[in-house]
Amino acid sequence: MAILKAGTRLRSAVCSTEVMVVAAPKEDIELTCGGVPAIELGSEPPAGVEISADAQNGTQIGKRYVNESGDLEILCTKPGEGSLGVAGALLSVKGAKPLPSSD
Amino acid sequence: MNLMMLLEMASDGFGDRVAFCNGDDRLSYSELFRAAGAAANGVASSGTAHLAMLDVSSLALPVGLFAAAWAGVPFVPLNYRLTGSELESLVEQIVPSRVITETERLASLSELAGTQVVGREEFLAAARHEGASSQPSEWSMDPDEIAILLFTSGTTGPPKAAVIRHKHLVSYILGSVEFMSADESDAALVCVPPYHIAGMAAIASSVYSGRRVVQLPNFTAESWLELARRECVTNAFVVPTMLARIVEVLEGRQSADLPHLRSLSYGGGKMPQSVIERAMDLFPETDFANAYGLTETSSTIAILGPDDHRAALASDDPVVRRRLVSVGKPLPSVEVEIRDEEGNALAANERGEIHVRGEQVSGEYLGKGSQLADDGWFPTRDGGSVDAEGYLFIEGRIDDIIVRGGENMSPGEIEEVLLEHPALCDVAVVGVPDEQWGEAVAAVVVCKDGHQAAVPELQQWVKERLRSSRTPERIEFWQELPYNETGKLLRRKVRAQLVSG
Repeated sequence: MAILKAGTRLRSAVCSTEVMVVAAPKEDIELTCGGVPAIELGSEPPAGVEISADAQNGTQIGKRYVNESGDLEILCTKPGEGSLGVAGALLSVKGAKPLPSSD
Repeated sequence: MNLMMLLEMASDGFGDRVAFCNGDDRLSYSELFRAAGAAANGVASSGTAHLAMLDVSSLALPVGLFAAAWAGVPFVPLNYRLTGSELESLVEQIVPSRVITETERLASLSELAGTQVVGREEFLAAARHEGASSQPSEWSMDPDEIAILLFTSGTTGPPKAAVIRHKHLVSYILGSVEFMSADESDAALVCVPPYHIAGMAAIASSVYSGRRVVQLPNFTAESWLELARRECVTNAFVVPTMLARIVEVLEGRQSADLPHLRSLSYGGGKMPQSVIERAMDLFPETDFANAYGLTETSSTIAILGPDDHRAALASDDPVVRRRLVSVGKPLPSVEVEIRDEEGNALAANERGEIHVRGEQVSGEYLGKGSQLADDGWFPTRDGGSVDAEGYLFIEGRIDDIIVRGGENMSPGEIEEVLLEHPALCDVAVVGVPDEQWGEAVAAVVVCKDGHQAAVPELQQWVKERLRSSRTPERIEFWQELPYNETGKLLRRKVRAQLVSG
């Protein structure tokens, strides 16, 4: 469990997924990927962890993932097989809201 | 949060797409990624603290920008129009630095202390060559590192360097662009110089959206039109003086004949209503967007979108019609508030100073620190108002406000009224010293071709529409107004010439 801050980079312990935190509530959160707690980018996964069968819908590069209340937003920077989740609930893909191109 | 994250995603997601093209030379996202990594090795081993570029747009520009991010040093695009001594005073502020420049400048720059100089072609060739084989290092992920130092144009004083950190620029991109949202055939024509924030923002947003950048190093309306046609350009950004030139060149032709141009956005200065109206006629299929932003806000903070443009042009309601000269509504990730001099929030249609807050707002200058309030609000020094439906209108710089007999008036308000006069195509209103009132209102106007107007007639025009105190005591007719090359009216020059003449 940790307080996630905007800009924090994490990786999956069980697949190739890498993410960046875009927005997060100011409370302890455990982000999971493939059903296993995500770890700091650059750190090694603990031994013996395996992807959970009910969390392998995969992540897509560039997609933003949000929780139900919408206060947690995670950007996928490298795709993988696992699904992102918090407290047992999977995150869902946030719909894009296109802005007029300005530059 | 680092610019490199955007490029790495692009390289992973669509590495084979063309990222940048200049003339016939092209760079794909994966080539750009590897070249930046190789150039970063060079920057790191040179021990320099800044990577500067004194040059027009070239393929070396994106390589330099991302190499600096990769090496963890600020990228500093310098204004190549500055004179020798002006330039020296800027370069002194960023030693030790490595400066990428064109061949003709190599000798003069290499005499400056603490400055290593490298030619553009040499820098680019080495980065491409080594990029094909070398092993790039890791980059920092500290969002607080400086991404870009941009010397602001200094229309009211000497240039100062705005500090834009990685978190600001990346927040702007994440707040306004979707990853890989462009089609592979999309292309953005970038003609603003690298030392303009819009030039930097265009690189970052094009990379993240996967849109090919077509570089035009030296703008002329003719070359812009030719390149847009040849490269099937779909998106472009221009400053108002550029659009005015494009419209001028197209007058007399049946249409612009740019069938691929979907979106034309503009910003960086006040757009005359007549120019945007004529442009919309010439480009009936094109979506127009007016973007308002500052260097200190990492580019755009408000946009008047295509639907608003069309609704305003089609409307007989003066309130709706006037929105054509507004900058639209704030981005969803940005808050805007109009405040009076005491800092109190003002109601709709009241004029005051524009304050802005958001993750992309840096509000910091080199050596002066952050100008943000404790609660994150940044006073822009731009005057403005918001109408009842939330459309933001810019009234010019607070520092340009005319104080006549204790009454504050914004030049923008008087200029807007004068520009509605059928004989005029451009106008600047400034305060000039006056013994009786402290300052007097003076106007410099430019007549449309084949039109003329008399001073009393113009004074009467203003008097009928605004209070009599706002009627210019003095009106002069000029052939043209002085603008800098990115379309900002140089009020200092107007004022100086009025006072001396």
